[in-house]
Amino acid sequence: MTKNIMIVGVGGQGSLLASKLLGHLLLSEGYDVKVSEVHGMSQRGGSVVTYVRFGEKVYSPIIDKGEADFIVSFEKLEAARYVEYLREDGRIVVNTQEIDPMPVITGAAAYPENLIEKMKGLGIQVDDMDCLSLAEEAGSAKAVNIVLMGRLSKYFDIPVEKWQKAIKECVPAKFVEMNEKAFLLGRGE
Amino acid sequence: MLGNQAFARGLYEAGCAFVSSYPGTPSTEVTEEAAKYEEIYCEWAPNEKVAMEAAFGASLAGKRSFCGMKHVGMNVAADPLFTCSYTGVNAGMVICVADDAGMHSSQNEQDSRHYAAAAKIPMLEPADSAEACAFVKQAYEISEQYDTPVIVKMCTRVAHSQSIVETGERTEERTLPYEKNIAKYVMMPVNAIRRHPVVEERTRKLAEYANTCGFNRVEMGDTRLGIITSSTSYQYVKEVFGENASILKLGMVYPLPEKLILDFASKVDKLVIVEELDSIIEDHCKKLGLTVTGKDVLPLEGEYAQNLIAEKLGGKAPEYKSLDETLPGRPPVMCAGCPHRGLFYILSKNKCTVLGDIGCYTLGAVAPLNAMEMTLCMGASISAIHGFNKALGEESEGKTVAVIGDSTFMHSGMTGLANIAYNQSNSTVIILDNSITGMTGHQQNPTTGYNIKGDPAGKIDLESLCRAMGFVRVAVIDPYNLEECDRVIKEELAAKEPSVIISRRPCALLKYVKHQPPIHADGDKCVGCKSCMRLGCPAISMKNNKAVIDNTLCVGCGVCEQLCKFDALQPGEVQK
Repeated sequence: MTKNIMIVGVGGQGSLLASKLLGHLLLSEGYDVKVSEVHGMSQRGGSVVTYVRFGEKVYSPIIDKGEADFIVSFEKLEAARYVEYLREDGRIVVNTQEIDPMPVITGAAAYPENLIEKMKGLGIQVDDMDCLSLAEEAGSAKAVNIVLMGRLSKYFDIPVEKWQKAIKECVPAKFVEMNEKAFLLGRGE
Repeated sequence: MLGNQAFARGLYEAGCAFVSSYPGTPSTEVTEEAAKYEEIYCEWAPNEKVAMEAAFGASLAGKRSFCGMKHVGMNVAADPLFTCSYTGVNAGMVICVADDAGMHSSQNEQDSRHYAAAAKIPMLEPADSAEACAFVKQAYEISEQYDTPVIVKMCTRVAHSQSIVETGERTEERTLPYEKNIAKYVMMPVNAIRRHPVVEERTRKLAEYANTCGFNRVEMGDTRLGIITSSTSYQYVKEVFGENASILKLGMVYPLPEKLILDFASKVDKLVIVEELDSIIEDHCKKLGLTVTGKDVLPLEGEYAQNLIAEKLGGKAPEYKSLDETLPGRPPVMCAGCPHRGLFYILSKNKCTVLGDIGCYTLGAVAPLNAMEMTLCMGASISAIHGFNKALGEESEGKTVAVIGDSTFMHSGMTGLANIAYNQSNSTVIILDNSITGMTGHQQNPTTGYNIKGDPAGKIDLESLCRAMGFVRVAVIDPYNLEECDRVIKEELAAKEPSVIISRRPCALLKYVKHQPPIHADGDKCVGCKSCMRLGCPAISMKNNKAVIDNTLCVGCGVCEQLCKFDALQPGEVQK
């Protein structure tokens, strides 16, 4: 059975590293894996989406509405934007950071309130945490992606060492220690 | 491996020796990845036409060659494309064209398969990374065996998806002897008349080959439903139907395999064609007298996905939960510190009519700047302002400008500028020189002084070039300096002769660009006038009616500081 992880956020937040990490990890676990992302326009501070699918044999590279087992969101509003892609029994792992989109900056719209509560109100399993603070605690605001991976790892039956090995393979040597700390903080250990 | 990376691996393994391309999403990484192999000569050409002609020249000389482009790039390269179909090749020549159904990063969603049929050049269409690598290698064999260039068509979802690829060794690079052959390579009427029947005969042979080509594959399942499909659509069909349908998966989409299609059709009860964009396979089937379902239920526009296929073909898409709320959108914006911002602010303030072009700066058209009124294709800003001003004369000359990036100017702005110089419209052209090809992810171009590998290269001097073309008025401004921008733009618009303004400042995302400390917003001095908000800078927002700066985004460019009449925005140093 193919499992689906959707990674959403704002262009420039580092979601590509998260998908790279998951790709490495899942391949080493022997799965067929497909990772799909869109380059270009969407990177200029726009909404970005990456699909990670794995299983015995994966066909479609994309995740459609009602299919995601997990949505990993780097930003609160983006989690809400893609909520329709979640399976009925799926789970959202979300960084509670708020990044104002241009319509909010210009005053054309307001940043919606109580999004986490509203999603929970629909009966959705939402795992919300302040990843930015934990990333800063680990040593860099840029480690939000690895904090989120740490939290996501709790829901997978894959040993921590395997995740740590994937981190080593995916980040420059000088940032490994900081990212390992970020991973464990995200995991709550 | 990314689809484009696998494509480049295919080039490497096939012994390709020469690559010339122009960047364009979603094709760019094919050439960037190819450039990582030392054995392959790679370059960015000024445009796709030049790239294709260079690749043709290398093939003529006896080396396996390649050029890559996005779908709209094929329009630019169409001229050599149609005629190198007649000449054929010496060593193998492969062309990548990458379509962008859904227009993730394009101005239209044309279907490049039409080019294969129109130019009578065979086209292969991989459905994942492994196929991209394998198809490229086979494309060189077809190219040399049938004496034709071969197009390998990618699409966003194949180009930018990663899947597993098994790699092989590089075929030893060969140089085929170049032999003078005027009848084959000089396409003047007397020779071209003799080459056209050769093209038709070749197409007939390729159509035969298509029937047995291993890339066209039948996967028999439930015979009540038969689906003919290709590319990423195949993946969606498999996702939805699995073994519950029989599938003819086409890897060669021009010419189409008639016998194979008729044979497949005879084995299934109902025939459905699933293809993104135009109805090319469907029309072919109808011409063969088959009754098919296709665009009568599936859309001609946009990307497909598994739920759409399921819903339209009688299946069921999964249930999902929705928030009962309209969420604010998150459109792409110019980055904090983008050198284009200050310039567009001044154009907006002066109520200029701005004819735009293709690049990051097309974002000048969105709120709050709203400072662009036309974007058509590469280079059109300069050609169009000439027509616009000739049509309206003084009414438009004093307030209309064309804006074009440095790379786009090199691509197809120079010929438009020649027209202004020659036919003398009183036009003002602004070259936004950010010293890089920005939108596609930082590729070098003829004005940057570096080549694709980052090594020093020839550098075209824009000022000298414009002067050599006959422009007397050539000004250079710094877009971070609003006063200077305002003054020079007013002067050049008022001048009664053509002028070029070069707005020069490197892209703020370039690694060598040093950033200033973030701007300090003084809440006591801010009166909440929102002047700074007119810039549309993602680093500035209003909290409790006071301007606040996002320190993680701000690069201290100081443009907002120049707009604040109350000194509430100050250089970061003041903070310390």
